[in-house]
Amino acid sequence: MAGLMGGFSYHRRSKRIIATFTGFEADLLRSLAGQLVELLRNEAAAPKESADPLEAMFDFSGPTTEPEDPVLARLFPTAYREDEEAAAEFRRFTEGALRDGKANAAATIIDTLEGAGLPPELTEDGLVIDVEIERDEAEVWLRSFTDIRLALATRLGIEEGDEDYWDSLPEEEQLAQVYGIYQWVGVLQETLVDALWGE
Amino acid sequence: MSAPSPVELDEPEVDDLTAPSTPWVTIVWNDPVNLMSYVTYVFQTYFGYSKKKAEKLMLEVHNDGKSAVSSGSREEMERDVQAMHEYGLWATLEKQD
Repeated sequence: MAGLMGGFSYHRRSKRIIATFTGFEADLLRSLAGQLVELLRNEAAAPKESADPLEAMFDFSGPTTEPEDPVLARLFPTAYREDEEAAAEFRRFTEGALRDGKANAAATIIDTLEGAGLPPELTEDGLVIDVEIERDEAEVWLRSFTDIRLALATRLGIEEGDEDYWDSLPEEEQLAQVYGIYQWVGVLQETLVDALWGE
Repeated sequence: MSAPSPVELDEPEVDDLTAPSTPWVTIVWNDPVNLMSYVTYVFQTYFGYSKKKAEKLMLEVHNDGKSAVSSGSREEMERDVQAMHEYGLWATLEKQD
């Protein structure tokens, strides 16, 4: 996508990881992270209603069936392929924590961008947002970039080896623009991995 | 699901008694989204593997569609699978053949 650039680099002297975003880019990242938070917190990770009210009262943990939304189904895959009961138990004990972790990670991106000067409403042109993060925080960003990319890819229906199709779409088409954003987040992630490797 | 003998407790699985060391494995499956560098980074960081070993496993996932990335007790593999899901990798666990 034209106009989206940037990336992370490792700053040897401060041992921190730095990136410079335009206001537009920072605003876009915030919006992607915000949509992810909304999705994760929207379809509640609540257990299915039980026929037995007493049993339901003691069932204060997580859901046991795969989420209906395909993005959530991809973010919280079924852990046992051939054992439905074990898969349900695994989900019950893990999905809630996984959801919280992913929502908190996305919220970290938003907080950091706003802490670095991104205003609630982007109005001025030429705004530059300098982000500086520690290694452990960088890993949070890295994981959240993955979640954002998985969400975009699931919505777009991306499959193995279909780059030519996406590249052939006319630039003005909305899907092509979403694909451009997906690729851009991929570039950011790639540079962040390199920065974490100290390269 | 158990047979209709409602007052009895489930019998422990014979498997677990006779072969307590039967290892379980964590399988990571290929997906069209995750970057090769990122998958390598995850294997290195979470499992503490060398970059070389992490790359080898990543290439197995990429080329063969899946790779067994760790083995151990069922409980340990559940932890690993949960961690892989935290990282956004598509992981499952199963009993080793």
